[in-house]
Amino acid sequence: MSEAIEQTGARYPLLAKRTSKRWLITAAVTTAIVALPVLSVLILALFPEENIWPHLLNTTLPRYLVTTLQLMAGVAFITLVIGLASAWAVTMCDFPGRKFFEWAMLLPFAVPAYVIAYVYTSLLDYAGPVQTAMRDWFGWRNAADYWFPEIRSLEGATLMIGLVLYPYVYLLARAAFLEQSPSLFAVSRSLGHSAISTFFRVVLPIARPAIAVGLSLVLMETLNDFGTVDFFAVQTLTAGLFDTWMNLGNLGGAAQIATTMLAFVVILVTLERYSRRKQQQFAARDNREPIRRFTLSRPRQFVCVAVCLVPVIFGFLLPAATLGHYAWEYFDESWNPDFVRNTLNSLFLSGTAALTTLIIGVTLAYSRRLHDTRGMRVMMRLSSLGYAMPGAVLAVGVIVPLAGFDNWVDGILRDNFGVSSGLLLSGTAFALVFAYTVRFLAVSAGSVESALQKITPSMDMASRSLGHSPGNTLLKVHLPMLRGTLITAALVVFVDCMKELPATLILRPFNFETLATYVYQFASDEKLAHSALPALIIVLAGIIPIILMSKSISDTRAIS
Amino acid sequence: MKMKLAATAIAAACALPLQASADGEVNIYSYRQAYLLEPLLNAFQEETGIETNVVFAKKGLAERLEREGRNSPADLVMTVDISRINELVERDLVEGIENDTLQNNIPQNLRHPDGKWFALTTRGRLIYASKERVEEGEITTYEQLADEKWDDRICTRSGKHPYNIALFSSMIAHHGEEATEEWLEGLKDNLARKPQGGDRDQIKAIHAGECDIAIGNSYYYGNMLNDENQREAAESVRLVFPNADGRGTHINISGIALTKSAPNRDNAIRLMEFLSEPKAQQIYAEANTEYPANPSVKPSGMVAEWGEINPDDLSLQEIAENRSAAVKMVDRVDYDN
Repeated sequence: MSEAIEQTGARYPLLAKRTSKRWLITAAVTTAIVALPVLSVLILALFPEENIWPHLLNTTLPRYLVTTLQLMAGVAFITLVIGLASAWAVTMCDFPGRKFFEWAMLLPFAVPAYVIAYVYTSLLDYAGPVQTAMRDWFGWRNAADYWFPEIRSLEGATLMIGLVLYPYVYLLARAAFLEQSPSLFAVSRSLGHSAISTFFRVVLPIARPAIAVGLSLVLMETLNDFGTVDFFAVQTLTAGLFDTWMNLGNLGGAAQIATTMLAFVVILVTLERYSRRKQQQFAARDNREPIRRFTLSRPRQFVCVAVCLVPVIFGFLLPAATLGHYAWEYFDESWNPDFVRNTLNSLFLSGTAALTTLIIGVTLAYSRRLHDTRGMRVMMRLSSLGYAMPGAVLAVGVIVPLAGFDNWVDGILRDNFGVSSGLLLSGTAFALVFAYTVRFLAVSAGSVESALQKITPSMDMASRSLGHSPGNTLLKVHLPMLRGTLITAALVVFVDCMKELPATLILRPFNFETLATYVYQFASDEKLAHSALPALIIVLAGIIPIILMSKSISDTRAIS
Repeated sequence: MKMKLAATAIAAACALPLQASADGEVNIYSYRQAYLLEPLLNAFQEETGIETNVVFAKKGLAERLEREGRNSPADLVMTVDISRINELVERDLVEGIENDTLQNNIPQNLRHPDGKWFALTTRGRLIYASKERVEEGEITTYEQLADEKWDDRICTRSGKHPYNIALFSSMIAHHGEEATEEWLEGLKDNLARKPQGGDRDQIKAIHAGECDIAIGNSYYYGNMLNDENQREAAESVRLVFPNADGRGTHINISGIALTKSAPNRDNAIRLMEFLSEPKAQQIYAEANTEYPANPSVKPSGMVAEWGEINPDDLSLQEIAENRSAAVKMVDRVDYDN
């Protein structure tokens, strides 16, 4: 990684030398604050109640590991196939409904994984309508008479998680495909490569940094999922972590497992970066050259429609329809004037967190561009670690420094002035926004960083040589060029915050509900039907930003 | 510009939740869903004028309480499992209280010896049996769950769920680790499917013919009877109170404890007293079809119809102490796979 970039630094020494340390210091302070929760968990890991590893090694750890790897590999496969195929079809091919699928492909993103898991279980398990209908139809009496795939299984969990997470890959791949100059494709074709061969040899390698960001988000979210794997009784490392924490009462041991998972993620990300360390791409984005989409034969158009339609049906339409059905049946029992307030809480928190995350993400990514040192790169990675930890563990990591700070301030005031300030930050909406920011910074910082890398440094140098400061250059040159990426990053964070559950539960103020916590109240009491209405509202509230997001991406390029 | 906007938004976010003021309030950290508490807390407010504030979560509240330390706004913690409440005692986060009302209302075996927690309701961990395929009296004890005759006929949720862990802990307390492990292996061998879902799902599985017997809490059955879409499934099973003629049926509790840091101590104790009195006990038990902890209060009509429960008088403390052994046993037996 370092070699190529240092060469860049050597080629463009002006950028670093002519920049004051202000950006570097801001970035360092921000990173330090944002990294506090993760550091707290690392410290907790030093003090386990008892050494958990001998027991784990002798019993469940091997299976936890294998299951976790299988789950991650399966989800990676599903999200890559669906995400890349649909992104390519929608960007480069002409077929009926293409405009609709441009944004519809993102719809499953609005469905939380725990919700889709509940819905499919109620539909597909032995007592559900599908199997009951089949038994009536074929005259089977009980489970021994026929075979039906078990939804509560590793395969089921893989499918559920894959269905709602592929939009990460789709989103980033599509943005990358749109940014690619069509002339690259034309050149490859004119040199005798088929469209398929060009896709694998030219298009994908160029889009790889973006796809890698998307996939790493998918994998981290998979690794940390607890709702789905718990409900399906799939024994991943996360399940083992919560078992250690809640059942064995060993928070330190749980923190050790979290740390192990964190190390695993870091190794994975580093390997990916290392493998493309020699690559460095700059493309002055060219908006004038329109994308010419392929005109396809009828059967091929049909394939495109199928590729796009299937994930939308199973990832969105079917779950939403089921929720709608339950919501309708239980409407009187579940309608409640608090919905409006809960919805506003969700929107407000998610909006604030999205904005905060975006600003910090841009600050860090741009600082890295100005000071491409090893230290800055480490900071960049450090600030993104929050995403690699289960939400509930991160929440404890947030409590530690915030409550520590509150009690420290309070202690000083009590000792010197005899007054108590109580808790200033803990148990406030600030704690929630802070937790969301720490958790989802990886999303914004990662996508801004990868998009910034594609802007040639000659842009910076031109602006700087004309007398603009780094800050001015960012505002006048980079941000306008990054508009699509920025809006996308903010909206992804927004939707993620709308769905966030475990940290919200633990950190929220008294009497404070978001849509997600409200759903959980009922779902955790095995009352799926009562939670259908608010779950549907989460999904619907997620759709609006999704449509905006898609529109903003399309707008980044005039399309003929 | 954007920075300013963000700063304003963050400032607004901080101001949003009104911090609980010092008087006329009680603050509760609850492991029990807030909507289940609502009718009670409303009744309390009506009677006393004291407002209540709740945070509900299933994990992390003990950590939050511990870290907030002396400044924690929480006065009370409400839990739904003995191990959660015992954790608070072990971490020294709760205060023992001597209070005549509470001691009169809650029997000795349902409270901490030093008043560090009090049970408010109890629930039996019962056996659900298919009315169609299991004769009355065919199964009467937990021990029989390991009999070969039930091979491939039993369903349960995950062995790691706190309710199962508490049941297994009580088995360890009665029979010792070795015999319990043998029993658990037998039970595992009898499972018709990999443990999954919640307690309601086990009833649904019996209804669907996937298994004939399941383990579950009494109130899930009651709540299904109250839900017209689930009633049919519930009506296909019979409740069995295991070991009723012997040591008694394993019970778990929902309980309440006063925090050490409680800023509204007097109001909090007032709420604890209120919850132990017949009026609240009635509402509380009825809302979730549980058994009131106060012996002077009769269970709700439906719960009473199920028949008398003869609870195992094993101390809950002892169950909590065997938790870790039970968890590790579930791993060794590989129960969940």
